Amino acid sequence: MRPFTYERARTPAEAAAAAARNPGAKFIAGGTNLLDLMKLQIEVPSHLIDVNGLGLDRIEATPEGGLRIGALVRNTDLATDERVRRDYGVLSRALLAGATGQLRNKATTAGNLLQRTRCPYFYDTNMACNKRQPGSGCSAIGGITRHHAVIGASEACIATHPSDMAVAMRALDAVVETVRPDGTARQIPMAEFHRLPGETPHIETALERGEFIAAVTLPPPLGGQQFYRKVRDRASYAFALVSVAAVVQRDGTGRVALGGVAHKPWRVEAAEGELTRGAKPAMAAILGGARPTHENAFKLTLAERALASVLADAKG
Amino acid sequence: MESSSHLSLTRRALVAAAAATAGATTPEGADAQPASAGNSSTDAGTPAMTSVSLRVNGELRSLELDTRTTLLDALREHLQLTGSKKGCDHGQCGACTVMVDGRRVYSCLTLAVMHEGDEVTTIEGLGQPETLHPMQAAFVKHDGYQCGYCTPGQICASVAMLEEIKAGVPSHVTADLMASPQLTAEEIRERMSGNICRCGAYSNIVEAITEVAGRQA
Ligand SMILES: Cc1cc2nc3c(=O)[nH]c(=O)nc-3n(C[C@H](O)[C@H](O)[C@H](O)COP(=O)(O)OP(=O)(O)OC[C@H]3O[C@@H](n4cnc5c(N)ncnc54)[C@H](O)[C@@H]3O)c2cc1C
Ligand code: SF4
Ligand code: FES
Ligand code: FES
Repeated sequence: MRPFTYERARTPAEAAAAAARNPGAKFIAGGTNLLDLMKLQIEVPSHLIDVNGLGLDRIEATPEGGLRIGALVRNTDLATDERVRRDYGVLSRALLAGATGQLRNKATTAGNLLQRTRCPYFYDTNMACNKRQPGSGCSAIGGITRHHAVIGASEACIATHPSDMAVAMRALDAVVETVRPDGTARQIPMAEFHRLPGETPHIETALERGEFIAAVTLPPPLGGQQFYRKVRDRASYAFALVSVAAVVQRDGTGRVALGGVAHKPWRVEAAEGELTRGAKPAMAAILGGARPTHENAFKLTLAERALASVLADAKG
Repeated sequence: MESSSHLSLTRRALVAAAAATAGATTPEGADAQPASAGNSSTDAGTPAMTSVSLRVNGELRSLELDTRTTLLDALREHLQLTGSKKGCDHGQCGACTVMVDGRRVYSCLTLAVMHEGDEVTTIEGLGQPETLHPMQAAFVKHDGYQCGYCTPGQICASVAMLEEIKAGVPSHVTADLMASPQLTAEEIRERMSGNICRCGAYSNIVEAITEVAGRQA
């Protein structure tokens, strides 16, 4: 780990201003992703701004009938909150499918959204990687790609976003509330929060440098039956090969977002009309234009079958 | 805001830190940056020192640490509490599990300075050879280990895990999110998946935990 100075911020505006003042600064929340990457010198901040003391650890009802989740709410506490279990089951399920008890006790809402890819070449500092070192090339293309993206990738990067929670939040149309370094607040819909890699895979979100996440807001409950089906190499403690977050209504209409297939949670609203016709046409529309490699083409079949099992469970 | 308010740098502390990190080299050797006295703490590449006070196993401990020191290294290298083990140092094995304010966490993936004022419980605080915690006694009785390297983490994790079930925290295998979670073997296995045992003592570990849970219920 490279040396760094450390401070504790007291308000979100103070945190954002401190980041603006220190070009090499990073926020640290749970630390479960940042410290992992700092030990490998993939992240090398010269200054850490500890945001754990900001009091953003509450889940509050909004006037619209939704929930406002503080950025520092731990994954365990979010999954356990009675309102989340009752009204946003897909979110509770997605959180519980991720990581382990020890990690969920530390991991925060904002940190989870901003966790970085698990592409093995990103982690191996001996290999070229455009995300880690812009312009150096992509070792995954032509390499081992079983875990990589099947849609929305580019010539520069084919990594996936590893978060389970973010997939559920995309299905729920959550909104990220931020504070910019100049102190102004803004709201970013989940659909626009994570970016596709394009030519700049090192730029992963819509956040500006030093922009601080204060909360994530959920719209009023959707009702219906809610599912998070995660398919992985082990029964637990493994990232998704493919995951399906779904909200299915009594009449068979609904919403679907996918994890493990793209650089961001993958949702195609225009394809959701196909849901009433079954998993095959629906997934064909959701993953239309997919360009898998020979090693990860299985993800297309897996996604269709995961959706089929969700739709079968929804029928009961 | 004064970013250096928590920081102080003395030659003595630097030398102490250099000596300590030399003994605590991570697999990558990433912590073994030599300290050069005389530079200010904000110069790039120079270790920054900070003081932190933790309550460890009921005792207040004040330390002067390199900001990079993980909670695990603070416990093992600075407080000589070597019960917590370093398996992977990357959140992938569970050997370093301790309780912070009663909740289980991986001490390798958090910094000591982030725990000012926190209550830390390690395996040494749960029980001692002559006064074993019921979970320690159950692991002995059921042979819940072979080499024993993962065991302190397994025991800290299982004690905190039973509290999570009591508090109504659901898991991936909980069928009904609105019902109280049950104490089944399936639940215990899923909730303990963050503790890897290279010797494969899993079935005996589940038996030990089941016995303690049954006694508590
Ligand atoms: C072994 C292992 C297995 C895992 N398995 C899974 C899994 O199956 N599924 C899954 O989804 N995840 C998994 N994870 C990842 C885990 O969910 C993340 O590490 C965690 O959610 C990150 O949250 P954190 O609070 O610890 O973030 P940190 O490590 O503290 O921060 C992550 C990033 O977010 C930034 N940040 C933090 N808070 C803010 C804020 N308020 N505003 C702006 N920026 C901020 C930091 O600067 C940093 O860049 C796993 C992790 C490990 C180590
Ligand atoms: S897929 Fe992306 S993250 Fe992986 S090596 Fe290529 S550029 Fe890096
Ligand atoms: S040493 Fe911390 S999880 Fe392996
Ligand atoms: S007893 Fe040897 S690793 Fe578990």
